[in-house]
Amino acid sequence: MTQISDLLLLAIVLVNFALLGATRLSTTIRAVAVQGGLLGLLPLVLHGGPSLHAVGLAVGTVAIKGVILPRFLTWAIREAALRREVEPRIGFVGSLLLGVVAVAVAFAVAARLPLPPELARPLLVPVALATVMVGFIILTTRAKAVTLVVGYLVLENGIYLFGLTLTEQVPFLVEIGVLLDVFVGVFIMGIVVFHINRAFDSLDAEQLAQLTD
Amino acid sequence: MSSALASLVVVLLMAPVLPGLSARTKAILTGRRGQPVLQLYSDLGRLLRKGAVYGTATTWMFALAPVVVLATVLCAALLLPLDGRAALIRFSGDAVAFAYVLALGRLALVLGAMDTGSSFEAMGASREVTIASFAEPALFLALVVLAVLTDSLSLSGMLGSRLVPGLEGFQMAAAAPLGLVAITLFVVLLAETARVPVDDPATHLELTMIHEVMILDHSGPDLAFLLYAGAVKLALFGSILVGVVVPRAPLAPWLALVVLVGGLVVVAVLIGVIESVTARLRLKRVPQFLVAAATLAALGVILVLR
Repeated sequence: MTQISDLLLLAIVLVNFALLGATRLSTTIRAVAVQGGLLGLLPLVLHGGPSLHAVGLAVGTVAIKGVILPRFLTWAIREAALRREVEPRIGFVGSLLLGVVAVAVAFAVAARLPLPPELARPLLVPVALATVMVGFIILTTRAKAVTLVVGYLVLENGIYLFGLTLTEQVPFLVEIGVLLDVFVGVFIMGIVVFHINRAFDSLDAEQLAQLTD
Repeated sequence: MSSALASLVVVLLMAPVLPGLSARTKAILTGRRGQPVLQLYSDLGRLLRKGAVYGTATTWMFALAPVVVLATVLCAALLLPLDGRAALIRFSGDAVAFAYVLALGRLALVLGAMDTGSSFEAMGASREVTIASFAEPALFLALVVLAVLTDSLSLSGMLGSRLVPGLEGFQMAAAAPLGLVAITLFVVLLAETARVPVDDPATHLELTMIHEVMILDHSGPDLAFLLYAGAVKLALFGSILVGVVVPRAPLAPWLALVVLVGGLVVVAVLIGVIESVTARLRLKRVPQFLVAAATLAALGVILVLR
């Protein structure tokens, strides 16, 4: 079981890199959908086999993170007629290298964290940290509002991974509540994105800084 | 020793089949009949019987380049453990020597191309060096993963017994970094042997050629040397890849050789498949592609150093 969860976690890191290097918005959205699906499979293989709790969590996560949110974002870019991310401030190569640094830092830090022994899974904590940091990189370096929403989703995926370390202790309802919060959040962001596009003919978040009346 | 020699001879003899296999795969997948798989042998025979033509602007550097390219590739072949056990020449740090012996060949090719005085060839040379400078870190990061896993700085040690599951010193945790290394090495292979999506061996459009443009002025035996060196280089990078994916140390020598030949054929067919399903990248995107490959190897380094 540890082997499979390790492979899933590695795949999540690889998706992080794909997100940093992808130039097309549709690729970005597909990548975040794959990441959501992988996250959904994780509770099934962690903590020694599937329980009712884990299956419920997996189904909910795959449905929301892997299917509904990506579909919604795809709809948003189709409505706004967007295809490509503009060259980010740091550049795709630069953000990939930053991503490597982030992963290295995550592994270095996770080895030093004073975690209780039951949380000290070899890969879960560093991958969660790395995913959070990649989410931050996307949020801070990209210009399009849709990519910012994706960055927020990646950030949330990292937090969800942290939550998985505790999944035995946390009640099911709390986790589903968190998922719903994210769902509503992205939904609102999608609508805002749509309205920004209608009002300003562009989704470049840079331009929002220059608003005057 | 004898098995290493036999593998070397087999690889050197079969190398020209590989580009033919890639071209044939591409032809079949795109609905054409294509050239015979053994076409490169006839080409080499024809070119070797001809004389070379030298432009009036060229100097000795231009004539020297193909010889140096072929010689460096053959030297690099001596450093690789082609039989999956040990190379004919091995010493601590020969992995670095392998990379830079090939780089010496590239230097000669680039100087030869610039020696023609054609701005067109100089452009190809500049592109080739740019791409090489991105492929090199990727190759070295992959080698670092292998070096840490096997505790050896020699290619013979890296691709030798320690990578074998079940043998002493191997951990199951090594599987994931090895997979990442294999992907990186395949991308490096595509870049080093001037294949799609980095370069296109079939293109004759002036603005997009990289490797092809540098061998444009060579003729006769010189061109034969360059074509043969290119085929052997493909076989060498292919055999590193095979060595990482299928460690052959515990196999009988003849079986190891069969696995190597089979693996090279698979690599060649895979290149053909990639060439028919993907377009080559825009020149601006090539560094990004190679950095992404280096990223995978860097993740492998992080995993093995953890």
